Amino acid sequence: MAFVNPKKKEVQVKIVYYGPGRGGKTTNLEYIYKKFSARIKTEMVTIKTHGDRTLFFDFLPFDIGKVNGYDIKVQLYTVPGQVKYNATRRLVLRGVDGIVFVADSMMVRREKNILSIKNLQADLANYKKSIFKIPIVLQFNKVDLAEQGIPLTPVETLEKDLNSQLKTSAFKASALKGTNVVQTMKKIISMTISTIVKELK
Amino acid sequence: MSYTLGQEQLDRMEDILQQNLVDIGVRCVFLIDMAGNIIANKDNGKIKHDVYSLAALAAGNFGAVSAMAKIIGEGEFSLLFHKGKKENIHFNKINADFLLITIFSNEISLGFLRLKVGEAAEMIEKILSEITTP
Ligand SMILES: Nc1nc2c(ncn2[C@@H]2O[C@H](COP(=O)(O)OP(=O)(O)OP(=O)(O)O)[C@@H](O)[C@H]2O)c(=O)[nH]1
Ligand SMILES: [Mg+2]
Repeated sequence: MAFVNPKKKEVQVKIVYYGPGRGGKTTNLEYIYKKFSARIKTEMVTIKTHGDRTLFFDFLPFDIGKVNGYDIKVQLYTVPGQVKYNATRRLVLRGVDGIVFVADSMMVRREKNILSIKNLQADLANYKKSIFKIPIVLQFNKVDLAEQGIPLTPVETLEKDLNSQLKTSAFKASALKGTNVVQTMKKIISMTISTIVKELK
Repeated sequence: MSYTLGQEQLDRMEDILQQNLVDIGVRCVFLIDMAGNIIANKDNGKIKHDVYSLAALAAGNFGAVSAMAKIIGEGEFSLLFHKGKKENIHFNKINADFLLITIFSNEISLGFLRLKVGEAAEMIEKILSEITTP
């Protein structure tokens, strides 16, 4: 839940990247960190295993400047996608304001995406939030793998599997190459901020 | 969803952090919510920690420790404290939604710190209870 500080004229917003294990959540944040290194003055925080899998979360603070006179401090988080980290994953969602669901476009991961979005729904319900009410953007990641002849789930199928009820924006992306990573982030930030601004009125 | 506190309440809370903790020699103290947002912070002006990262980690750490307490059948642990060679960090739960984190050196005894933190926590809780949390 965003905190509005009238004294510092500052709003802190929490955006969480959610999705199946190895889908590319951490890679999204790493790309953003590299791309905006001039603007991000602190280190990216990661809690991970030796094998580079997220164990608890990644954290990246991102100042986007002023909206209506308030400094907007966006806090980007990722969750651990692996099923066995259910308990820690849920902790990261506490107080979430906006979500990027990073789906893995690889054909072999189709079921994992569907399972993960169901999990998200349950995790949000745990905090009395609805997946249909919270700002959410989908990202179909790893589209670059098509060039290597790796079978990908067609976008229409991903839309049907994951977006038939949500009906939200979805981006085809490659977190590794940086395709649509910034666009995804901009979209979720603007959706989240406009929700907050509406509430403040 | 979002929530806010009044300027006057924030002023009062910062005064409490200053008088109860910074003035007795604490390096840095911050009030956070369980989502990892910083509500108020004060320091002795000598060190600049990355408070936003600290807040995110502190909220995560506290959440993980609370979940462990539940699993082993403890409601919650009463003392949450990490001891270093020079610096120490102390966690105090204010209520279900807020935490007070204090960073202090070995020049202050843990007993005295806990006393002062406890007093500050009580006063802050009163202020927080004046407002209806969402
Ligand atoms: N080809 C390709 N590989 C990618 C892309 N995004 C991520 N990867 C790779 O996929 C693997 C997993 O990426 P991560 O970003 O660690 O995945 P994650 O979602 O954070 O995984 P967990 O932390 O386990 O939940 C890494 O080897 C990445 O390099 C992409 O767009 N294209
Ligand atoms: Mg990861």
